[in-house]
Amino acid sequence: MTAGEKENPSGRTEKLIYETGMEVILNQQQIQGILQTMADRIASDLDQGTVVAVVGIRSRGEVLAERLANMLESRLGHALPCGTLDITLYRDDLNDPQGRMPPAFQGTEIPFDVSGKTILLVDDVLDTGRSVRAAMDALIDLGRPKAIRLAVLVDRGRHEYPIQADYTGHKLQIPEGKTIAVHLAETDNKDQVIVQ
Amino acid sequence: MARLHDETFRWWRKHLLGLRDLSRQEIETILDTAEGFEEFSTRSVKKAPALRGKVVVNMFFEDSTRTRNSFTLAANRLSADVIEFTKTSSSVSKGETLIDTARNLEAMGIDIVVIRHNAGGAPKLLSRNINACIVNAGDGFNEHPTQALLDTYTIRQVKGSLEGLKVGIVGDITHSRVARSNIWAMTKLGAEVTLIGPPTLMPAKVNELPVKVSYSLDSVIENLDVINMLRIQFERLGGNPFPSIREYSHFFGLTVERMRKARPDMLVMHPGPINRGLEIESEVADGPNSVILRQVANGLAVRMAVLFLVNQAAMEEQKYRV
Repeated sequence: MTAGEKENPSGRTEKLIYETGMEVILNQQQIQGILQTMADRIASDLDQGTVVAVVGIRSRGEVLAERLANMLESRLGHALPCGTLDITLYRDDLNDPQGRMPPAFQGTEIPFDVSGKTILLVDDVLDTGRSVRAAMDALIDLGRPKAIRLAVLVDRGRHEYPIQADYTGHKLQIPEGKTIAVHLAETDNKDQVIVQ
Repeated sequence: MARLHDETFRWWRKHLLGLRDLSRQEIETILDTAEGFEEFSTRSVKKAPALRGKVVVNMFFEDSTRTRNSFTLAANRLSADVIEFTKTSSSVSKGETLIDTARNLEAMGIDIVVIRHNAGGAPKLLSRNINACIVNAGDGFNEHPTQALLDTYTIRQVKGSLEGLKVGIVGDITHSRVARSNIWAMTKLGAEVTLIGPPTLMPAKVNELPVKVSYSLDSVIENLDVINMLRIQFERLGGNPFPSIREYSHFFGLTVERMRKARPDMLVMHPGPINRGLEIESEVADGPNSVILRQVANGLAVRMAVLFLVNQAAMEEQKYRV
């Protein structure tokens, strides 16, 4: 093994490109473990009779929401309604000339009434809090949830808006200028969180 | 699930002047985006803040109910403010030119102009003279892009795709901007278009269009997957294009009897407003094959998509303007 390679717990050799500063923060097992622990905590926090639905923010949050919903289903013994929120129309930089170009609008797909339900809002990364602000506004336009709880895989913690997660998988402090990329098997062929 | 269009493709047009110059990918981007807006009608708050603070002007120099209301509601649902401008209640009746009128409106800080005009090319002229986004809501005999987009959207919704479908457009093709936009949109998406009507209502250069032509509805109806019945536009007809309304109905009207010759799943479309009993019988317009009201509902989603996309393109343009 050369200096540029490091063995990860899966036993496979992971080539890390130190020169370009890319680093794998979480691998497939770690992501799976984090989600299982998170599902345990969510399930134990829920009061009897609470009506829960899981809503993911496009696009990686959508995948994580589906996984969490499946994990919660086995713990709670019943299926949970699951939906996807497209926050493009609610972004605070949509009409900001300095804003980055938003991803293509694909629409919200929430095939149930959110009113009166406890919504578990799921995203891959909590950073500035701006996406979550947009997501809450988008959600509230669909109805009046009983409560909204936030679950994120990674918290980068810049928190420009006063928004904190209720369930955080992994806290990460990285220098300004670096970005976190969450890759998931369903969308990127492989589970991993990298900093680059 | 909304269709994922090519992630690397970006919509960049700040004007929608017609469909003739659009690529298949651009047309599909509008239709895909419209799919995302479809759920708005079922929401508790039927609005999103995408165009909040933006001003849309509806400049209609010709009468319209459907298109105008549809654009107004689409703009409202995106939280834009809408100015309604009509020819008769404005300074146009005092002799102000189109460009002067638009420049004066622009001085008030407008962002998008939706224009319907009796002169073909008016939207294009406007786009070269003011900075706002221009959306063509019908210009002369040229194009009516959002109508054709909602027509193709409706067909795609029901049939899944336009690829290989046989579409008949029946009626006054010469005076129909709807027909022209439909020809561009549908052929680009892979449909085979046949124009059907009396020779007197066929445009002079019909052989230059990517279409087939038939002067007999009865001889082609059995092959059609979709039939789009155009309205007989009495206000535009000069001379005597057909001997009588009765005769026109007899040969080109979509009657219950004629429907028996058609495929059981042939879609019946009409851009409205319909002349019941003339180009289409009431039983057919209200029958199981008709998607006429669905066209109207889809028009809203399509127009929201158009307003959203042109505004996004204008925002992008601003970023790169030094």
